[in-house]
Amino acid sequence: MGNEFYPLFYSFHFYLFGLIAVASALLFVTRKSPVAAAMWLVNVMFCLAALYVLLDAQFIGAIQVLVYAGAIMVVFLFVVMLLNLGHPSELSDIRGNAGRLTAGLVGLALLAEVMVLGRAEFPAQLTMAAAESLKAAQRIDGPGGVIGPIAAPMFKQHLLAFELTSMLLLTAIVGAVVIGKKRTPDAR
Amino acid sequence: MLAESLALSALLFTIGVVGVLTRRNAIIIFMCVELMLNAVNLSFVALSQLYGATGQVFVVFVMTVAAAEAAVGLAIIIAIFRHRQSVNLEDINLLKG
Repeated sequence: MGNEFYPLFYSFHFYLFGLIAVASALLFVTRKSPVAAAMWLVNVMFCLAALYVLLDAQFIGAIQVLVYAGAIMVVFLFVVMLLNLGHPSELSDIRGNAGRLTAGLVGLALLAEVMVLGRAEFPAQLTMAAAESLKAAQRIDGPGGVIGPIAAPMFKQHLLAFELTSMLLLTAIVGAVVIGKKRTPDAR
Repeated sequence: MLAESLALSALLFTIGVVGVLTRRNAIIIFMCVELMLNAVNLSFVALSQLYGATGQVFVVFVMTVAAAEAAVGLAIIIAIFRHRQSVNLEDINLLKG
């Protein structure tokens, strides 16, 4: 679909990063060791960052690397190493046949949904031509560069949501400290 | 590349769902949830080509919520591990510890 809009170089890299992302995701869910799984998930995140850049969302690609691959996955790895989860007894955690059957059925249902959606017709404003005209309207070299088109709606229409996000983060920090605190008998 | 992006997003989401359903390690299930959030982010970014940058604003919010969720969830996992010496979900089946 819409191959006339994209040069070969672009589509080659798009498919390359997409294939690496899917392969890494499959390896991620099948690894037994949590550390290996986390490493494959980091690979998925990097591929997604590359795809964001290819999809003209450079700022999102940058914060994907900084926040997801940089911060969140480091927290995961930190917890894995803090809990020392490398024992062989802990490793075989794949569920039995009932879980596999459920997972297979859910996966098939979701894939069938994708197939149905793939055949559905897009409305006129969802076509690639509409996308190209919109993209031409918001060029990167316009005022504000890459971040301007994101910052304007964020600090105008969604200012309340943005401020609520800071409240959410503060609550999460306090909650994490309270839950993770080691309770000593003499503390209460 | 819209159709390809949405298909890739659906595929990654499906892999995340399969991971949640087949694994028993709480930390790996958590990472699968992160993978699902990432898949949704990809479709937000792909559709923001059509609808303008509001989709990318939403991705920023999703990332913030994911960071908060990771902090609280991992704190809960640490608390449970301290209590039961395990992160296997089949060992954790009582609300009353």
